[in-house]
Amino acid sequence: MKSVTLPVAFMPLVDAAPLIIAQEMGFAEAEGIALDLIAAPSWSSVRDMLAIGRVDAAHMLSPQPIAMAMGLGGVATQVSAVSVLSVNGNVIGVGKRLEERLRHIGFEFDFSDPLRAAEALAQVSHEPIVFGVPFPFSMHVQLLRYWSRASALGSDGVAIRTVPPPLMARALANGEVDAFCVGEPWGSVAVEQGSGALLLPGNAIWSFAPEKVLAARTDWAETEPDLLGRLMRAVWKAGRWLAAPDVRAAASDVLSRKAYLDMPSELIDRALSGNLTLSGQGEQRHVEGFLEFHQGAASFPWRSQARWIAQQLRKSVGGEGNFNADDIARVFRSDLHRMHLSSLNPDLPGASEKVEGAIPHAMPVASAGGALTLLRNQFFDGQIFDPALF
Amino acid sequence: MTTTDTLTIVVVEEDRDRAIAIVDALKNASDCDVVVIGGSSGLARKIAAHAPDIVLIDIDNPTRDMMEELTLASGPLERPVAMFVSGAAGGLAKAAIEAGVSAYVVDGLSPNRIKPVLDTAIARFAMVRQMRSELAETRRALEERKVIDRAKGQLMKAKGIDEGAAYALLRKAAMDQGRRVADIADALVTASGLLG
Repeated sequence: MKSVTLPVAFMPLVDAAPLIIAQEMGFAEAEGIALDLIAAPSWSSVRDMLAIGRVDAAHMLSPQPIAMAMGLGGVATQVSAVSVLSVNGNVIGVGKRLEERLRHIGFEFDFSDPLRAAEALAQVSHEPIVFGVPFPFSMHVQLLRYWSRASALGSDGVAIRTVPPPLMARALANGEVDAFCVGEPWGSVAVEQGSGALLLPGNAIWSFAPEKVLAARTDWAETEPDLLGRLMRAVWKAGRWLAAPDVRAAASDVLSRKAYLDMPSELIDRALSGNLTLSGQGEQRHVEGFLEFHQGAASFPWRSQARWIAQQLRKSVGGEGNFNADDIARVFRSDLHRMHLSSLNPDLPGASEKVEGAIPHAMPVASAGGALTLLRNQFFDGQIFDPALF
Repeated sequence: MTTTDTLTIVVVEEDRDRAIAIVDALKNASDCDVVVIGGSSGLARKIAAHAPDIVLIDIDNPTRDMMEELTLASGPLERPVAMFVSGAAGGLAKAAIEAGVSAYVVDGLSPNRIKPVLDTAIARFAMVRQMRSELAETRRALEERKVIDRAKGQLMKAKGIDEGAAYALLRKAAMDQGRRVADIADALVTASGLLG
């Protein structure tokens, strides 16, 4: 059988791993496809390439397809999130000036307590703290907003600016931003360059936050079920491969190549292992569940995740009531996910929605195979999100 | 300020020569005021200050993401922009992206006012893109020449043969394996580097 080449856009980040591994470790080939992975210079560019059909699928920020469905942003093509590519994996960090002030009041960089971190920040800064993020429609923004609203920072205590991560060091140095929330390897790069220190992992705010999705144009997803299915299965197998502990060295090696992240593999390994170096002073912390590709049905696109994202977008950018919440929820294609992965017998959840933030510790749930354990899913303030109310 | 007949166009471009070339082309093609913005700091607010009708930026410029807030009703522009990719002039938008330019157009601007500007921008950016890819191609060819020369040198030394014979060996290996001579040369140079 002749293999079909699918062009797929990605941003050079650690969480593009399932796509890169699918191609490099033979999972795509086993499905009779080859991925032509195109590194994009910006999230806008990823979206445009997908919208005009330059690529068939893309690595996208989980709120991007939701924003497009809500008519927010420059392009409104209908896009489906067919799988979650990664859960968690962001870091919140501060620039040198804030780091010094925090150390001055005796704050310990423990990388775990969002309430204490917010109190310390509020104590050392009497003006809103300006955070740089990669894109306006991103989990980064949503985590920062959620954290500030429910902590000593307050919603007015934080201002958010878009700064592409490669330009973050300069923005910190010239005072354009005071702090940042980025995906790896950019947090570790900031530490290595001496431009800042890491304050919190994203999962300290929400312990199971869908970070990136595998996205396809909705019309393509529906008219090319065979190709989509092959792509989804290859990527799912790559995610399962990545979850094994003994593959990390090989994975960071592949990701470090010039065509992908073009970064030292040691930096990439930090996110894959969850062993992060927090600052120039060398504090290190291990973060459980720092970045998940597979455990706890990580790939499953829960409609309740889509609703949570839509609700946060409406709070932060307005998105007037011009949309139907059920339509937005269906941007996360739990239906296609089940349909196309069924031949692999993955243990997928029986439901398509769940109350988000209501799993205090890993627990078994009803599933197709009967042996699925969902991972801890909690917001730092103990609130829950009931999808039925949105 | 925008008047009814003069369009205000912002071009985001750091390279001064390229910026000048684009501005000249735009001014020749239509009645417009063109403002060039270089550096990336505070980009969205700097752009908003000019209240542009159209914003043009190189598609490979990572600072594009900083402009996304211009598309929000709650953003810094009075009339939010749409990325010129979907909508009525789909073909034109596709041509723009292929040429390497992204255009952001304010809400409500009529397509026949956009078209001449975009046509010019597309032609200009396509030219720049072509020049860039030719330059990259030349550089790559030069690199390959160097590697092939080194591989030939190593073969000549190791086997005591002349340059012509060394090249013939490389070419034969390439044909046998269905690979390019440059790839065979690269493998040889890497391997002999490892063997010391």
